[in-house]
Amino acid sequence: MSTVVLLLVTGLGLGAVYFLVSSGLSLIYGLMGVLNFAHGAFLTLGALIGWQTASLIGAGTWAGFLLSLLIGCLVGALLASLTEFVLIRPLYERHIEQVLVTVGLNLAAIALFEGIWGTDPVYIDGPAWMGMTTDILGAQTPNHLFITILIAVLVLVGMVVFLKKTRYGMIIRAGVENRSMVTALGIDVRRAFTLVFMIGGAAAGLGGVLASHYFGYVSPMLGGSLLIFAFIVTVIGGLGSLPGAAVASLLVGVLQQFTNYYWGFGDFVVIILLAVVLLTRPAGLLGRKAVATA
Amino acid sequence: MSTTASKRQEQLNTRERVKASFAPPPAGTGPSAGRSSADRTGTGRRELLGGALAVAGVILLALLPLLNIHLPGVLPSPTYEPGALQLMALCLLMGAAALTYHLLIGVVGLLSFGHALYVGAGAYVLGILLERTGMGLLPAMLVTLAVVVILANLTGAVALRVSGIPFAMVTLAFAQAGSVLVRRNPRGATGGEEGLSLNTDQVPALLVGVSNSRNLYWLALAVLVVIYLVVRWIQSSRAGHLAAAVRENENRVRVLGLKPYLAKLLIFVVSGTLAGCVGMAHLLLQSGAVPKTVSADFTISLLVMVVLGGVGSRWGAVLGGVLYTLLDQRLTVLAQSEVIGALPAVLRVPLSEPLFILGTLFVLVVLFMPGGLAGWVRRLSTRFGSGRGRTEDPVRVLEQAA
Repeated sequence: MSTVVLLLVTGLGLGAVYFLVSSGLSLIYGLMGVLNFAHGAFLTLGALIGWQTASLIGAGTWAGFLLSLLIGCLVGALLASLTEFVLIRPLYERHIEQVLVTVGLNLAAIALFEGIWGTDPVYIDGPAWMGMTTDILGAQTPNHLFITILIAVLVLVGMVVFLKKTRYGMIIRAGVENRSMVTALGIDVRRAFTLVFMIGGAAAGLGGVLASHYFGYVSPMLGGSLLIFAFIVTVIGGLGSLPGAAVASLLVGVLQQFTNYYWGFGDFVVIILLAVVLLTRPAGLLGRKAVATA
Repeated sequence: MSTTASKRQEQLNTRERVKASFAPPPAGTGPSAGRSSADRTGTGRRELLGGALAVAGVILLALLPLLNIHLPGVLPSPTYEPGALQLMALCLLMGAAALTYHLLIGVVGLLSFGHALYVGAGAYVLGILLERTGMGLLPAMLVTLAVVVILANLTGAVALRVSGIPFAMVTLAFAQAGSVLVRRNPRGATGGEEGLSLNTDQVPALLVGVSNSRNLYWLALAVLVVIYLVVRWIQSSRAGHLAAAVRENENRVRVLGLKPYLAKLLIFVVSGTLAGCVGMAHLLLQSGAVPKTVSADFTISLLVMVVLGGVGSRWGAVLGGVLYTLLDQRLTVLAQSEVIGALPAVLRVPLSEPLFILGTLFVLVVLFMPGGLAGWVRRLSTRFGSGRGRTEDPVRVLEQAA
């Protein structure tokens, strides 16, 4: 029983990290039709600079940890909006080229990070409490998982409130639904593009800092493998669907943990799940029927 | 009297011309159909010229190991020495790999992120067969080929059920599964992160060792030429035309009663199989297989090569592959040079990362040189007359992809 609980909570923690990365991917794809390969770079830079900030103040202090979250979030948002403004915008409506630009940016950025921070992973610590465990039904659960899950839930709630209750949120939702109609109504969707990139980048930066605590290290390679799973999560959930990303994140995270523990091939199960979902529901779990053929 | 006759003749000519312009184009001429005869002879001459240039280029490349050419900065040593031969052979193989990727993105318009799987499968399956069984090189290669064909059929059949970005994701996932498998090192078969070194017991002595770099270079050249010819043949076949039509307008092909799925699958399998052949040659050339050949990064570098060269252009893909590999290898050497080492950190750090330079170059090409090298040449030839419409516009081919 205690093993099951432990696996469930670590799975939820992993799912929370996946959600932070894939929510941005999904929103960006939904609104702009761009699969953002540079998302891994946003995440990695957030994690690296967040960790540097924390170690300046003191990695073991709460102030350091909270500031690293804030800085990681800001760095991700800044890099993402810069990317949209400088690289994506000039290629308006040319989706494949937009994807290619993000591929190139990811290559260049990760190489640059390796040049600056080196290729070796750096093992990190948070505040002492995060390294300790709490007893849940007999399972010794690491405390950092609770923070990760809590933040992911807050981000989800924040995003939903933003999308449902604010004017810009409505524009974004309308844009995902039918972009040309929004443009025809005289609303400048491009401002929403930058906004979506900023939100996605902020979530990814946050995800980067939390992922570095989840895995216990930072390295320029952090984004690479996480990005592939985030892609898979996004497609399983349905491209463009925020609730889909949330459901698929939890499903994939928990499934991966359980199969890894009992049979040791969690990565394969996720890939099989992707194949099955796409063959039975090509639009993903919660995606709309007609997938945009961008 | 004579004037009426000539007038009548003229009328007849006009009528014939109009009729000719409405007549359906001869079957099987595909995208080039419906051109005037003057254009066609021009195309014929140009094709002849292109063919002659290609033959001359191949002969020159074949002679390189016998010549003593210094290209300081480009090649590490004179062309007859093993260092340069290894590098040139690698460039040719990557050109061939890019050509197989061209079949996907440039012909059928499929954006695959899992092409590395087939290159890696070719290298690893052959390596494992040579290591674990006493098979000779040729039988082992045939078995590997069969394995790659089956693998490409299975994965392609599943992945092609969806299209666009979901297709890209499914192929990415399959390649990721291969990558995980190779890194897991099941029963010590793949050597994990270390890679698998080539067991040379069954490999002819002609293809082993540094002293035989020349033969390996010729092998790489032969692989490139054969793959080029196969790709050319496929593209000019009925299946190739059907595939190009699927890229341009899939619904229209379906309305005509043809099956886009089968055409796509055929090209996918051919492309994967050829990639497997490149993988086998890569194993022999590098005397080993490394997990990098199965990684998503490798597929992305293939994509970068094809886009640099110009999507939809065969020679563009080859040139892109050669240039990318050359830059990647030489920039790595440059990064360790004293010139770079003496620079202040702000310049030294970015310049000592080859992938940073390549990635930036790639972004710049996408932003400012749409259509890559082939697109640039096309614009030049349009500006100076005659070249219009002969080749497909890479910018358009790219937009039709995925």
